[in-house]
Amino acid sequence: MLKTFAKGGVHPPENKFSANKPIEVLPLPAKVSIPVSQHIGAPATILVAKGDKVKVGQLIAQSAGFVSANIHSSVSGTVESIDPVLDSSGYKRPAITIVVEGDEWEPTIDRSPELKRNIDADAQTIIKKIAEAGIVGLGGATFPSHVKLSVPAGKKADVLIINGVECEPYLTSDHRLMLEKGHELMVGIQLLMRALGVDKAMIGIENNKPDAIKYLTEIAKEYSGITVHALKVKYPQGGEKQLIKALINREVPSGGLPIDIGAVVHNVGTAYAVYEAVQKNKPLFERVVTVTGKNLPKPSNFLVRIGTPVSDLIAAAGGLPDDTAKVVNGGPMMGKAVTDITVPVTKGTSGIIVFPAAESKRKAESVCIRCAKCVSACPMGLEPYLLIRMSQRMMFEKMEHERVLDCMECGSCSFECPANLPLLDYIRLGKTEVNKIIRARKN
Amino acid sequence: MNSIIITAILVLSLLGVALAVVLYLVAQRFKVIEDPRIDLVEAVLPGANCGGCGYPGCRGFAEAFVKTDDIGSMFCPVGGNDTMAKAAEVIGQTAEAKDPMIAVVRCSGSPEYRKRVVEYDGASSCKLATALYSGDTGCQYGCLGLGDCVAVCKFDAIHIDPVTLLPVVDEEKCTACGACVKACPKFIIELRKKGPKGKRIYVSCINKDKGGPARKACQVACIGCGKCVKVCPHEAITLENNLAYIDYNKCKLCRKCVEECPTGAILEINFPPRKPKVEGQTESVENN
Repeated sequence: MLKTFAKGGVHPPENKFSANKPIEVLPLPAKVSIPVSQHIGAPATILVAKGDKVKVGQLIAQSAGFVSANIHSSVSGTVESIDPVLDSSGYKRPAITIVVEGDEWEPTIDRSPELKRNIDADAQTIIKKIAEAGIVGLGGATFPSHVKLSVPAGKKADVLIINGVECEPYLTSDHRLMLEKGHELMVGIQLLMRALGVDKAMIGIENNKPDAIKYLTEIAKEYSGITVHALKVKYPQGGEKQLIKALINREVPSGGLPIDIGAVVHNVGTAYAVYEAVQKNKPLFERVVTVTGKNLPKPSNFLVRIGTPVSDLIAAAGGLPDDTAKVVNGGPMMGKAVTDITVPVTKGTSGIIVFPAAESKRKAESVCIRCAKCVSACPMGLEPYLLIRMSQRMMFEKMEHERVLDCMECGSCSFECPANLPLLDYIRLGKTEVNKIIRARKN
Repeated sequence: MNSIIITAILVLSLLGVALAVVLYLVAQRFKVIEDPRIDLVEAVLPGANCGGCGYPGCRGFAEAFVKTDDIGSMFCPVGGNDTMAKAAEVIGQTAEAKDPMIAVVRCSGSPEYRKRVVEYDGASSCKLATALYSGDTGCQYGCLGLGDCVAVCKFDAIHIDPVTLLPVVDEEKCTACGACVKACPKFIIELRKKGPKGKRIYVSCINKDKGGPARKACQVACIGCGKCVKVCPHEAITLENNLAYIDYNKCKLCRKCVEECPTGAILEINFPPRKPKVEGQTESVENN
C-alpha cells in the first residue's frame, strides 16, 4: 500500500505529454524583462541604471529585507529600460529590460559540467550562498529559500523533505530534472541537510514517475541519509503539509509552519539550484520550464533564462495552435492565465500550458445543493460551500473563525463542484480580506 | 360547566394582573435612561440605513448626533441640507448648509475607445477580477464593468450602460451616500460637488501611465499633457503622476479646460450646447 495524505484530494487527468522529452536549452532571446518582484516578500532594490552593461549572473537587484531575494541578470547586454512591464500577475510591475548582446558570464561562475561532490562549506556559508544566489522555492510558491533554512531559535528540524511529487497535471519539469540531474540533485540535498543540521532526507515522488523513482533509489545508495519514497498519485500531494502527512504522518498545526513539527520541505528544483549556487557559484537565473498543451505541436521541457518572453517558449514548442483560447502560467490547477503571451518567465514559472477553446471556458454555474463534494475534496478539512457564502455576503470575521487562512488555494473544491461554483475565487477574496482585518488589528 | 369557565377566567385574569405587576416592577428597576432626542432625530432622518454618514444606520447617526459637540462634522448625504436643518433644530442648534454631492464615474473607456484584449470568464465581481489581473483592456486603471457598484447601491441609482459597458449614475436618485465609492476596487468613483443646476466639470480618467501607453490603451485617456493646467484661470487643476485633477471647490465652470483637452478626457455635464465657434471661423479665414 503506497503512502498518501489522509484528507481530501482529487484525481485530475494527468496529461503529462512532455514526460519523455529531455530538457533542451532554449536559444537566447533578443530581449529579457526581469521583474524585481519574482518572490514572496519585498521587491528587490534595483542596482543598475538605463544604459549599463551587464553580464550573465551579475547582481542587478538586491534583496530588500530578510524575506526578499536577490535578482541576477540572466543575459549579457545593455539595460534598455527600467519601467513597469506586464508580468504574469496581470499587472504592470517594475522590471529591468535588457537587450541581449553575446553571452558573457561572470568569471566567478564555474561552467564546467563535472559533478562536484565534495562539500567544504559549513552550514552558515551554505545559507549565505543560497541567499546571495537569490534562490526561492521553485515549486511555484517562490518563498525565499534562505528564510526556510534559517530555523528560528527554540525550534529544531529533524528531517528534510524533498518534494519531487509534481502533482499538477501536465507539468514535467521536476520529473525531467530528477532523471537528468540526479547526482547534482543528491549533492544539493546533502547541502540542504548540512545547512539544517539534519541527517535524514526523504524524497517523495508520485508513483506515476516509476523511472524517476527507480533511478533516484539507485543513486541514493551512494549518498548517506537520503531515501526515496513512492507515493500514491493524488492531487495536491505536492502541497507541503500534504507531503509531510504522507511521508512522516505528522500534521502541521493550523496557522503553523512545517518547522513547528520538525520538518522542512524543499522542491527538487530548489535543491538543484542550491547545488549550482554552492558548488558552482552560479546564481539562480535560469530554470526548467515545461511548455505543453493538447494541441501544441511539440510539447517540451526547456532550460530557460529568467525574463525570456513566454511567446519565445511557445514558438520553440511549435507555435501557438489556431484554436488556442487560454495560456496558463503554472499548472492547470493552481496556475493563472496570462493576459498577454509577451509576459516574462520568472523564477516561479514551472510550466506554460496552452489550452484550446473547448477546454478553457468555465461551465455555466448552477446552484449549490450542499452535496458536500467540496468538503470531501478539501485536503485541509475546510468547508468551501460555507466559505463561498460567507465571502459573497462579506462575513469576513466569520471566515477567519472558519479557518479560511488554512486554505492553500489548491482548487480541489472548484474542480469537484458539480454546480461549477467559483468556490476558490471567492475563498481567495475572503483570504485577502481576512488578512486585511488581521493587519488592521495588529496596528 | 359555568363554574369551570368562571374559574378559568378568574385564574387567568389574576395571573395576568400578577405578572403585569411583576413586569412593571422589573421595567422600573432595570430602566434604560435614553436621551429622548435620539428618537426625535431618528424620526427626521430618511431611514435608509445606508451607512453613507459613516455610522451604523440612522439610529447610530442619531445617537452620535445628540452627543457630538460639533454637528458640522456630521452629515446625512441622503437627506441633505433639509434633513440636517431639521435634525439640528431638534437639538436646538443650526446646521450649516453644505453643497450637494453626487457620485461621478471617472472612466470614459467604452469599447469604442478602449479595445478589449482579454476575455474574462470568471465570476461577475470587480473585486475578484481585480485580484486576478489588471482588466480586460490595455488600461490597468479603467472600469471593469462587472458591476460591484451596482450591487451595493441601495437607491437603484447606478447602472451599467449596455453600450458603453460603463456605470451611469442617475442624478435624480443618487444620494451621494458613497457606497459605490467604497465598493469600487479600482477607485474610479468619486463624490464631487453636484454644482449649480447640476453643472460640473471633471477629468473622466484615472490613468496614471505616461502619455504614450495611456493613449495606446484608450483613446479618451488623460495623457498628462498639462494643457488644462496652463489654461485654467483659477488654478483649479493639478497634475500629478501624469494625471490631471480638477478641484471642485476652485473650479468656476468656465469650460476652458474642456476645449483645450486633446483627448476629450475632461467632461462637462448639464451645460447648454455651445454656440457655434466664432473663433474657429476667424481662424479658418486667416488660414485662407
